[in-house]
Amino acid sequence: MADDLKTPLLDELEKGPWPSFVKDIKSLAGKKEMAKDLLRQLEKSYEDKRGYWKHGGLVGVMGYGGGVIGRYSALPEEFPGVSHFHTLRINQTSGWFYTADALREILNIWEEHGSGLLNVHGSTGDLVLLGTRTEELEPTFRALTEKGWDLGGSGSDLRTPSCCVGPGRCEYACYDTLSLAYNLTHAYQDELHRPMFNYKYKIKMSGCPNDCTAAIARSDMGIIGIWKDDIQVKPDAVAEYVDSGLDVQGLVVENCPTGCIELDGNEIKIDNSNCVKCMHCINVMPKALSPGKERGAAITLGAKAPIVEGALFGSVIIPFMKLEEPFEEVHDLIERIWEFWDEHGTNRERIGEFIERVSLATFLEGIGEKPLPQMIKAPRDNPYVFYEEYYAEEGEGEK
Amino acid sequence: MAIPVEQLADEMYEIIKESAGVKKLKGGDLTKAMVAKYGDEVSRADAKAAIRMLIDSGRCVYGYFGGSSIELPHSEAAENK
Repeated sequence: MADDLKTPLLDELEKGPWPSFVKDIKSLAGKKEMAKDLLRQLEKSYEDKRGYWKHGGLVGVMGYGGGVIGRYSALPEEFPGVSHFHTLRINQTSGWFYTADALREILNIWEEHGSGLLNVHGSTGDLVLLGTRTEELEPTFRALTEKGWDLGGSGSDLRTPSCCVGPGRCEYACYDTLSLAYNLTHAYQDELHRPMFNYKYKIKMSGCPNDCTAAIARSDMGIIGIWKDDIQVKPDAVAEYVDSGLDVQGLVVENCPTGCIELDGNEIKIDNSNCVKCMHCINVMPKALSPGKERGAAITLGAKAPIVEGALFGSVIIPFMKLEEPFEEVHDLIERIWEFWDEHGTNRERIGEFIERVSLATFLEGIGEKPLPQMIKAPRDNPYVFYEEYYAEEGEGEK
Repeated sequence: MAIPVEQLADEMYEIIKESAGVKKLKGGDLTKAMVAKYGDEVSRADAKAAIRMLIDSGRCVYGYFGGSSIELPHSEAAENK
């Protein structure tokens, strides 16, 4: 750590048993002026209760409209080390699997061209390289691409597709999330690097309803693994759980949200027609229960954090889709959605806000999907809305 | 007959120039302007290719302020030299 660095307020964040970003940045402060001035500017922000960053909207690398987040210090003379402090988003690997060599490769490049600070992983999923100067952007980009890495998305484009570990290490995976994330990333390179949408579009892929990427809450399009048939039950393993003292009645049966499970002695009975695939029973008894065999994904649309409008959760738009390479059905759906949103959406309008504005019925018609019961939370009770078929029947009847 | 991509790029460039400092234009705005002018003679793919031409040649750059836009190259007020 640099001897002349005095940051009493930030030092408070080093106390306690949890990891501290202050401690991490301090470890570089002796070597990098950028890290030292970052701490000094942050300390001043804590003292003055205001931020000292300026937005740089034009910085980037040639040909790309995303992947670089421009930042300048508002106090460049006081903190010259962070006069420029741009961030690069690096397209992460599917499922966030890296070798130590791969991470070392990135950090060697970043030590040479930037602050050396790495954030794994940003909320979009990317590897986030924090802090470099404008003139270092192209050399960094060149060094990264020579090693096979690429920038991720930012701005009004497709954000870097993100997925859970999927079948790489999870037996619950109902489809190959790793393969789909890789496929979509490659299929939509233009959309990822050249912003052309009304606003950002995030796709997150979770292999099962446990939804480890939080797709239901954090992605414009969530592709969440699900099954159509019955939960697979191993009776012997159920009996073992009961015999071992697990409170199956209290922890599983009574926690089932639809009450579709019964325990009869050592035997479990599931009314699968009422199962909502919440995963609770499977999570509690993983050796005895597992997702069904007819697997695919449900697709949700519209989740977002509060920026222009309030936060939204995703709503089911496709209750079940079989997902197998080359994933043409997903491509077709994505492109129909983008085309309609592109044509009728407004500036900075996320897909969820767009659907709320034009109505679900109009949206479905626009993308060529039929309304289904799974798309709504509760049956409609407004008597002044009618299905189009009713109009047709009435019209025909009058003739 | 399809409009040549180079012509689309030139016309888009003129629109961007006229809007500079007044309105930030997105790729979609430029595409819609060309479709409005030429109808079926312009495909979305052609419009996309024209935008790519503008960016890759350096005549225009991507900017970001809330949303992404396509702009003439310029230095920004926030920049520290």
